[in-house]
Amino acid sequence: MKEYVIIGGGAAGVSCVEGIRSRDPEGKITLVSAEPVSNYGRPLISYYLEGKTGLDRMSWRGADFYERMRVDALHGVRAERLDPEARRVTLSGGAELPYDALCVCAGSDPFSPRFEGIETVEKRFSFTTLADALALEQAVDGDTRVLIVGAGFIGLKCAEGLRDRAKSVTVCDLAPRAMSASLDGDSSPILERHLEKCGIRLMLGNTVTRFDGGTALMQSGDTVGFDVLVIAIGVRPNTSLVSDAGGAVGRGITVNEKMETSLPRVWAAGDCTESRELTTGETGVLAILPNASMQGRCAGTNMAGGDAVFDKGIRMNSIGFFGLHIMSAGSCTDPVFTQVTETGCKKLFARDGVLTGFILMGDVSRAGIYTSLIRERTPLDTIDFDAVCREPSLLPFGRAYRAKKLGGAV
Amino acid sequence: MKRVYVNEQWCLGCHLCEYNCAFANSGERDMVKALKGRAIRPRIRVEGDGEITYAVSCRHCREPLCVRSCISGALSAENGTVRIDHDKCVGCLTCVLVCPYGAVQPGPDGAAMKCELCLANACGEPACAAGCPNRAIVYEEREEETA
Ligand SMILES: Cc1cc2nc3c(=O)[nH]c(=O)nc-3n(C[C@H](O)[C@H](O)[C@H](O)COP(=O)(O)OP(=O)(O)OC[C@H]3O[C@@H](n4cnc5c(N)ncnc54)[C@H](O)[C@@H]3O)c2cc1C
Repeated sequence: MKEYVIIGGGAAGVSCVEGIRSRDPEGKITLVSAEPVSNYGRPLISYYLEGKTGLDRMSWRGADFYERMRVDALHGVRAERLDPEARRVTLSGGAELPYDALCVCAGSDPFSPRFEGIETVEKRFSFTTLADALALEQAVDGDTRVLIVGAGFIGLKCAEGLRDRAKSVTVCDLAPRAMSASLDGDSSPILERHLEKCGIRLMLGNTVTRFDGGTALMQSGDTVGFDVLVIAIGVRPNTSLVSDAGGAVGRGITVNEKMETSLPRVWAAGDCTESRELTTGETGVLAILPNASMQGRCAGTNMAGGDAVFDKGIRMNSIGFFGLHIMSAGSCTDPVFTQVTETGCKKLFARDGVLTGFILMGDVSRAGIYTSLIRERTPLDTIDFDAVCREPSLLPFGRAYRAKKLGGAV
Repeated sequence: MKRVYVNEQWCLGCHLCEYNCAFANSGERDMVKALKGRAIRPRIRVEGDGEITYAVSCRHCREPLCVRSCISGALSAENGTVRIDHDKCVGCLTCVLVCPYGAVQPGPDGAAMKCELCLANACGEPACAAGCPNRAIVYEEREEETA
């Protein structure tokens, strides 16, 4: 009987279990999770604070998942060291786990540059785990002024989650625009106006130079008084298990399209890895849940002797703030269609005859038709692209495509 | 496994499937009460232009991107049917972002909504197919090529 070990119980680790079990109902699976709870939808933590979900509904694959999948799940335990020669993982507490196939699904940890005076701030938090959300829930009430450093999607989701709980929420970022990693100069102002209308105070192109207890001294010379600080600047892939064992890592753990690392019998998946992004061909960390889930499943399938490939990784995100839906996908460099209004926008990007990216705000209906064009690298001269630009539908794809997709099994 | 298949050449563009879908999923027992004077929200949509029409609804993909991508775990696939747990869905619409057919849509309260083959409502089998006057939508077992 084969022995599998999975490190991490996020979307990648859980999907790795599903991948293994799709081929091997017998093998012994042990999953090690540093967090005291695993198998929950990590992006749900802001919805929890907002009251849109509850602890009883946050399990990603159901509370009985490990039992159903016959997984021995060890919670609150860290994998400390990996010995690829002896095929053994050493756990916190000293126990050792042997393996025939190992998958590192260790995700990422929040990181922050060192701020002067940060140690004088009494109540400071990150926002990446359920424990963070539960701690914030305790720390914030109707008198609390919250300062969030970082206007990426994690910082802004935190702001949304806390608005109705706190007295005030201020978000600052060194970047001059909100969500600058996925939005452009046409689209982010729409989001910024919307957030401010919804009561979030933004300080963009501005960051904290020094903290002094409950006061942040800003680059602009302003001071911001706060009671609770959330640092949401970024996350860094957890690569050390593999790099310490001599495996190849860049910004993330290096994997090929089968999710194999450079170490024998060691796979990796999710936020801890870096892989080839489809639209640019460049290697990067794709820290989004769909990527973690598909990579995890691919790794698990292969660990159990399968022959799966995942080579369609793209950046994409669907996110909403106070009712405004925002979707972005791929790389947004060469616009071919632009429609911008006060409250919404639609931009499509194409290069070398294929769709490479889009940004949608407001009307996001049927956006998956665009995502599919990117993923499948559909040559745009084989469809009525002008019609698709105006409105995503299957009509411009032609009868043969529809006969195959709607008249067949997909 | 039984599936919904669309025969485009037989579609009359009558939109009856949309009404039958909205009725089957309304929870009402009377069609007039369920639909009259209301904006209907069917999970199947007839689209096309003046000449071509066809119905689009969830294909219940064998490798469902929506299930893999769902951040809340609300979407699941069981025995070939892709279902959505309304209480778990937080309305992020990642499923809308990834569905290649544009077959998932936001529902009236913001949660995502899609075809569940009427297996859980009073109809018991897809109402769109059952009521299609020209067999442009059928629900049947066919020999499937393996993926
Ligand atoms: C607030 C927030 C909102 C988000 N919103 C979205 C969104 O809307 N859409 C989207 O696509 N993505 C979103 N994401 C990103 C998404 O959550 C991640 O991409 C996804 O969770 C990655 O899954 P993973 O399994 O690779 O890693 P993780 O979910 O991070 O899981 C890794 C697990 O491994 C554990 N671990 C690490 N090292 C060890 C060790 N040595 N031993 C044992 N266990 C270890 C960690 O404790 C953790 O539990 C969001 C993230 C956050 C924080």
